[in-house]
Amino acid sequence: MPSNKSVSDAPIFQFTNCRILRSHQLQREDLWVREGKILNPEKLFFDEKGSADIHLDCKDSIIAPGFIDVQINGGFGVDFSLAADDVQSGISVVSQKILSHGVTSFCPTLVTSPPSVYHKVLPQISIRNGGPHGAGILGAHLEGPFISKEKKGAHPEHYLSTFESGAFQDLLATYRHLDCVRIVTLAPEMKRSSEVIQELTRRGICVSLGHSVANLSQAEEAVRHGATFITHLFNAMLPFHHRDPGIVGLLTSDQIPARRRVFYGMISDGIHTNPAALRIAHRAHPKGLVLVTDAIAGMGLAPGKHTLGQQVIEVDGLNTYIAGTKTLSGSVATMDSCVRHFLEATGCTVETALEAASLHPAQLLGIEHQKGTLNYDNDADFLLLDNSLQVRATYIAGERVWSQDTFTI
Amino acid sequence: MRLVILDDYDLASEWAAKYICNRIIQFKPSQGRYFTLGLPTGSTPLGCYKKLIEYHKNGDLSFKYVKTFNMDEYVGLPRNHPESYHSYMWNNFFKHIDIDPNNAHILDGNALDLQAECDAFEKKIEEAGGIDLFVGGIGPDGHIAFNEPGSSLASRTRLKTLAMDTILANAKYFDGDLSKVPTMALTVGVGTVMDAREVMILITGAHKAFALYKAIEEGVNHMWTVSAFQQHPRTIFVCDEDATLELRVKTVKYFKGLMHVHNKLVDPLYSMKEEN
Repeated sequence: MPSNKSVSDAPIFQFTNCRILRSHQLQREDLWVREGKILNPEKLFFDEKGSADIHLDCKDSIIAPGFIDVQINGGFGVDFSLAADDVQSGISVVSQKILSHGVTSFCPTLVTSPPSVYHKVLPQISIRNGGPHGAGILGAHLEGPFISKEKKGAHPEHYLSTFESGAFQDLLATYRHLDCVRIVTLAPEMKRSSEVIQELTRRGICVSLGHSVANLSQAEEAVRHGATFITHLFNAMLPFHHRDPGIVGLLTSDQIPARRRVFYGMISDGIHTNPAALRIAHRAHPKGLVLVTDAIAGMGLAPGKHTLGQQVIEVDGLNTYIAGTKTLSGSVATMDSCVRHFLEATGCTVETALEAASLHPAQLLGIEHQKGTLNYDNDADFLLLDNSLQVRATYIAGERVWSQDTFTI
Repeated sequence: MRLVILDDYDLASEWAAKYICNRIIQFKPSQGRYFTLGLPTGSTPLGCYKKLIEYHKNGDLSFKYVKTFNMDEYVGLPRNHPESYHSYMWNNFFKHIDIDPNNAHILDGNALDLQAECDAFEKKIEEAGGIDLFVGGIGPDGHIAFNEPGSSLASRTRLKTLAMDTILANAKYFDGDLSKVPTMALTVGVGTVMDAREVMILITGAHKAFALYKAIEEGVNHMWTVSAFQQHPRTIFVCDEDATLELRVKTVKYFKGLMHVHNKLVDPLYSMKEEN
């Protein structure tokens, strides 16, 4: 039946025989899409007297919002922290390949590097919409160099830095180009961090606490000044202690400003965190959990040696260490395997697992009116999954950008 | 009248749906020759709508050449409010079938000129050639649509203030908060429904039993507006056992004895697949 087309001539797609994630529940409803956005079919029916042009049978798939990865250092041989002349092509390779993992938007992450790397790489990163060419780029995540020596993890010590003399000016001198920066991870115990956090927040940049030996009150002060995220909870921070819970204590802190929520990244690859610890965090603060991959260049490739900025990493199965050590550095996990592992380890609902990789990162970045949900008028970035949460097909702006060879609708 | 009594709610819903299905298919609707259906809302017809959707999904029934006219809509409730009758019809019926949105008519309770909206609705029914089958329910106070006790039995589509009985009955849809229930509605008149070529009233549940008794065993009375249909040449009341609890045993026995005749109206159940 042709639609009335009183509002738009564009074709209307109706995805049927599916269960969609909406209002935190999987509901047996159809998904309607027009011009790259999720369409309200009731409004279409009564206001425009319109109906669908194309019906697509989803073979009883689950439809979830596309995954958003806010911490990914590279993959498929590409290392975002490398001072390449053509950073865009490396980012493009990764952005295209992660479509099959269900990622429709991401933040390319740079680990601690010398200023020259930031000066060269950052101007080449641009925020852009996703499509058949690859997942959308929301902006860069700069993890370091303003982090703690004691908790540097895989970050190179001689490039660590402080901002105690010039505060924000020091940060600006190091990074130089902030236009495309979305998240900065820093250690809040560093002198003058409050001013820096305040200025970054004022500029709309999300501040994350990580690679730090801060105690709980230092972490709470950072949150008061604007910090909203914790980088890979448990890893590279003081362990939880019952008299000083440290950064981990933010999950249940009563000092969080009203109407604000602290989010925390978790790498649920089965290696970075013991499943029991994952469950403790999830149960303490389920609405703040954000799944991240922290994937490195070796992700998607055969085991062996790869770079991570200024370091050499050894990949052996799922384990990724600094070559010759037992220091974890990033992962080779894919986002969809993280979602599946999270589901299994916590015994949570499918809805919860899917939201940890879509709704929560969107809320963290303040973009949930556009991405991270299947609400009407949101961008039509979504996934078709089977019951065990394997990705069958990936859509960006209503267009199919990837699907399994054996899956056609 | 025909009084069709089924054992329970599900069987009553199914009988009603089969009847509607057969009527549409036997009419042989086509381009330019639409079957016009009047439709109700509320909890009673939900089972019937589910069955009709099932027949449609099986390919046995299409609403492509069916025009619908709903009985009523609240005044002042936003159209996308979950309790508006637009939302009800979309979620419980329209979104599951293949009706052309241009053919689904519901009164607009937010129109700037409410009486003009009512007059236009009457005109649309007239232009559609009148209603072939008007399906309705009954309120606990014996009303049809929102024709509350005291409504003229000759009334047309208009604005009505709801009676306390109705507001109380509807409170359950508004979190039990009486202050949230709309107090006014646009409704087809008793006369409007009487103009239909055939009327089917669905009545289920013990709480409707007294109203059914008043409607069919007592006189025609504007305090129990469903009683007007005693004077309609073709009315079917479809009920479950519980709804007959206030009727005389003689009435119930008589009509139960006629079930083999009534069932010929739904058996065989036709299918549009055979027509093609």
